[in-house]
Formats: sequence, C-alpha cells, structure tokens
Amino acid sequence: MIKSELIGKLVEANPHLYQRDVERIVSTVFEEISSALSRGDRVELRGFGAFSVKKRPARIGRNPRTGETVQVEEKHVPYFKTGKDLRERLNAD
Amino acid sequence: MGKRTVTRADLSEAVYQEVGLSRNESTELVESILSEISSSLVSGENVKISSFGSFLVRHKGGRIGRNPKTGEEVPIEPRRVLVFRPSQVMKERIATSLKGRA
Repeated sequence: MIKSELIGKLVEANPHLYQRDVERIVSTVFEEISSALSRGDRVELRGFGAFSVKKRPARIGRNPRTGETVQVEEKHVPYFKTGKDLRERLNAD
Repeated sequence: MGKRTVTRADLSEAVYQEVGLSRNESTELVESILSEISSSLVSGENVKISSFGSFLVRHKGGRIGRNPKTGEEVPIEPRRVLVFRPSQVMKERIATSLKGRA
C-alpha cells in the first residue's frame, strides 16, 4: 500500500470529507512525526509502535571497494519499535 | 528542546489545527490512519509512505534461542516481524537537524 492508496481508503470510509482534506490530514500526521524526530523527540503510538532517534557514535569506516579507511562522524538515525498489539497481530494464527 | 514524547493526542491536535475538523473527528482520523496501516501489514502487504519511509513485513525462521540468564535452551517459533526503513529524505532531515547534539 502506498500513500495514495491509504488516502483512497480513508476517503472511502469518510464520504463526507473532501479528498483534498484527507490528503492534508495524512500529510499532517506524517509531518508531525518527522518534525518531532528532527527535534530529537520521541513519538509513542500505543499499540502501533514508537519512533525514536538513536545516536550512532563516530567510527572508523572502510571503503569496501578500495579498502581505504575513512572517518565516519557521529550521527542520528530514526528508529521504530513495533508496538505489542501490532506485533501480536502479525503472529496471530 | 528535545526528549519530549509526542502521542496520538498531539497528532490529533495538529490535524485539528491544520484542517479544522472537530477534535473528535481529528482523533478518529488519526486512529483510522494507524489502523489502515496496521491492517495492511497484518494482511502481509508492505506500506510505503513517500518521503517518510516504508513499513516492511519480514519472515523470520525458527531457531533455538537461549535464556542468557539461565543458559536454558528455548525454541523460538518462526514469526513475522515489522521493520521500518526511513526514507532518505527523513534520514537526512534528522541527521542534519540533530548534528552535533548530545
């Protein structure tokens, strides 16, 4: 399922809303999550999962092609942990 | 700055501010988005949100695990797990805005 299909399903389930409003709602939700993470905040959606940012320490990397060593700087990466309910639903059979 | 926890209530508030639906309806829409994504994943279909990231269902084989405390062997059943792969756009945005932060 891609974003436009998600929007399509929501439009179908909410015939009283304009498609353009549903598009804005979906974008707003993902934008809120992204902007929270870029502030370093955590996003916790019980039952679904939690988004957070992890810090990867600086390390000495290696270019796999040339074998040359390179200094890789410390960096922040997004991380998602699946919520308990969803994890259980994925394995309910 | 930072280390706050954003919840469903914050997402609903953002939708309420942005679109002007009622608070109740904003809350319901946020819930519908999460439940549509969940249903798709539970049915085995991946979900890809452009410029945000992809939720992918992976199949893990069974294996013999070990309780690290007691050393006891325990079978781990084959199972499905969810992984989130952030988009390049999101990775860059986070790396850039948090650069140099503790």
